[in-house]
Amino acid sequence: MVALKDKSRDYSINFIAVILTFIVLMAVIKAGLINNYVEGVVVFAMINIIVAISLNIATGYLGQLALGHAGFMAVGAYTAGLFIKAVEYPKYVEMIIALLLGGLIAGVSGLIIGIPALRLRGDYLGIVTLGFGEMIRYTIINLGDITGGASGLKRIPKLIGLPEVYIVLVLVITFVFLFIRSRHGRAIISIRENEIAAESIGIPTTFYKVYGFFISAFLAGVGGACFAMYQRYLTPEKFKFMFSVELFIIVVFGGMGSITGTIIAGGLLAYITEKLYAYDELRLIIYSILLILLMIFKSDGLLGRSEFSLVRTPARIKHLFSTLKAKFGKGVA
Amino acid sequence: MSLLTTKNIGITFGGLRAVDNFEITIEPGELVGLIGPNGAGKTTIFNMLTGVYQPTEGEIFIGDKKVNGKKPYQIVREGLGRTFQNIRLFADLTVIENIKIAFHKDMNYTMFEGVFRLPRYWKEEALITKKAIELLSLFNMEEDAKNFAKNLPYGKQRKLEICRALATNPKLLLLDEPAAGMNPLETKELMETIHFIRDKFQVTILLIEHDMNLVMGICERLIVIDYGMIIAKGTPDEIKTNKKVIEAYLGS
Amino acid sequence: MDQFLNQIVNSLNVGSIYALIALGYTMVYGIVKLINFAHGEILMIGAFVGYFLATAFNMSLIPLLILSMLACAIIGVTIDRVAYKPLRNAPRISALITALGMSMFLSNFFKWQFGASDKIMPDVNLIGDIPMPNITLITVIITVVCMIGLEFIVSHTKVGKAMRSVSEDRDAARLMGVNVDKTISLTFAIGSALGAVGGVLYALNYGNLEPYMGMMPGLKAFVAAVLGGIGIIPGAMVGGFAIGIIETFVKGYISSSWANVFVFGILIIVLLVKPTGLFGKNVKEKV
Repeated sequence: MVALKDKSRDYSINFIAVILTFIVLMAVIKAGLINNYVEGVVVFAMINIIVAISLNIATGYLGQLALGHAGFMAVGAYTAGLFIKAVEYPKYVEMIIALLLGGLIAGVSGLIIGIPALRLRGDYLGIVTLGFGEMIRYTIINLGDITGGASGLKRIPKLIGLPEVYIVLVLVITFVFLFIRSRHGRAIISIRENEIAAESIGIPTTFYKVYGFFISAFLAGVGGACFAMYQRYLTPEKFKFMFSVELFIIVVFGGMGSITGTIIAGGLLAYITEKLYAYDELRLIIYSILLILLMIFKSDGLLGRSEFSLVRTPARIKHLFSTLKAKFGKGVA
Repeated sequence: MSLLTTKNIGITFGGLRAVDNFEITIEPGELVGLIGPNGAGKTTIFNMLTGVYQPTEGEIFIGDKKVNGKKPYQIVREGLGRTFQNIRLFADLTVIENIKIAFHKDMNYTMFEGVFRLPRYWKEEALITKKAIELLSLFNMEEDAKNFAKNLPYGKQRKLEICRALATNPKLLLLDEPAAGMNPLETKELMETIHFIRDKFQVTILLIEHDMNLVMGICERLIVIDYGMIIAKGTPDEIKTNKKVIEAYLGS
Repeated sequence: MDQFLNQIVNSLNVGSIYALIALGYTMVYGIVKLINFAHGEILMIGAFVGYFLATAFNMSLIPLLILSMLACAIIGVTIDRVAYKPLRNAPRISALITALGMSMFLSNFFKWQFGASDKIMPDVNLIGDIPMPNITLITVIITVVCMIGLEFIVSHTKVGKAMRSVSEDRDAARLMGVNVDKTISLTFAIGSALGAVGGVLYALNYGNLEPYMGMMPGLKAFVAAVLGGIGIIPGAMVGGFAIGIIETFVKGYISSSWANVFVFGILIIVLLVKPTGLFGKNVKEKV
């Protein structure tokens, strides 16, 4: 039933769409249609989406309340920043190593936090991850000699631009998609659905919780590394609890368990942040009200757990038209 | 060699002795019932057998392997499957996904092979999809494959849970009140289903049940407990006339 | 030695405030099993009300406290009715997210309305024209009075019994004729009132107020509640003082920036070693 040849068509369509989008983006930049500022907004939006996707793994797929992902991003960012400042390799070699290193160290901190914390129930896990996020931040401040402390890590060489961040984003999305649709992804989802049942059919739940959390932290670290290499200047201020909450909001709005939902929500919220730049509190007030309303009325967010699928869109549109026709066309026919 | 042996297992919660001196053996192929009044400790015993609770004393053997102290997922690998009193399906997943997850422990492809979609991924996924559909059709549920588990009618949900447990290829299947909430017609169908799976899958069955029609109708042997202790063992006919059992159910 | 005594005094101060706030967390958690993230904001609101009454009306402490308690009690009940009640039977994670949202809303609303800059709490009289004696003394006395009052309400009144029964088993309490909604509202009211006291005392002790002031003390008070045993009232009191002592001594003898790391570290250790806290009992999930 499920074979490579069936899926090849779908994979090819998605691949072509990705390449086309890339070409369009590059053309727009080359033509000077968007300036540096807009490019920055787009890149930061993409980086936020990467980290939000990583959060979605812990929250949406694993079903755990993780409120400290800014911490993992910080670990990745500072690791990458310090690494690049310390070495002199060819550009892309440095970049790739920095991304992987940032991800790895963040992943390891995810393990350190996850192994004890994941034994706890939802509410407690949320507070512990929050606490760890803050602890990471304070440790960065306290280790001022290495990290630059509160005044920050400056003059990181610029290694990354919009094309590279786009590629990283695509790779992350692809990885998560393929991972979730494998037996390991299913195991993780089953834990969210009913942990006791999952254990009763042979899934080593503690292992998969930690595994999922590791991947989540790893990807957050990759996002952080991108941030360090683009922003070129890091301060602990950026990685406060408030930022973890904003990431959380992206995930909740888009739908916990939907990657495309996260992408759409991330883009939307980046746009809103730009428009409401001068009204920061107002923006947060609106977000918080929306969050509460969402929880009360539509707790699964924009896309819930489903994904927007390019391949299935024609079929879905057809289906939509036929249902509409059935409902309203009766009179006409 | 017996399939399941327990030696004097017991468990204490706080000050309460929930189960005491529970000693049974179950031979391959048997269909045994565990009965007793509400609160007697039957589900607690299941929880001890499956590793959800650790007995405070005693030992549990599957074959000749000691399994108390092992985690639930390890005990599943030793051949024990179970269903729950309150159905524990993966409600927001489809019927077929529920079954596919149960094949996890017998699959081998690594995360690397999964993400890079190497041949072993396609081979094993095709295999479990085939096995899942076969399993569902044995239970007349293949049409429900793409439905969400939460949307199934109650009777089918119970069947799905049994189906899922069978996907783990157990030697011994523990059914916790499989007939709960069923009408007489559904119960009769369940009785046939239980016989069917015992024969088709060569699986030994230990069930907890309150419905006496079902218990007397299909169990070859009964173990009766009250207040956490065994008060009688025997065939249904013997148990029916056992004074202690009658007292336990009706009060003295 | 002087240093040491100084630290003890500071601990009592800080500890009292944490204890008061921890009580609010623990009472709400006990009755609706929800970590009220917005509780730190109640502290902030209590402090702001106190600030307003002190600057605009030159009010003295006692009436100021009472009014602040009243205001926060009303706000606390409103928060519950508006945001938490609709999610009474929803999955835990939804209720927690809502609490987060409420916390965000309150702190940012106050920032929007009152500006982000620090406000300085003026000196207040104790009552009428009587000036304030030693602030630590007053802090501890007020805290002790509140705790005795709370203990009395919980153990010796009908509403206290109702609160305890709803914490144990909501449905059974309902069947026994307890008005569950009213009891929950009352719990929020009392918890928020205590938070208000904590807020006012915090403002008096530390001098400055700003809209995000509730987050850190709120978090630390939460750690205190967990340390003592979440849902257990004496636990919150003990936990509050314990955290106060630890934080003060770390600040005094090691460094101020490591204090927070220590406090969170305690949270993690408690949750790993004995998640039910110092006074807690182990409850297994029914399978």
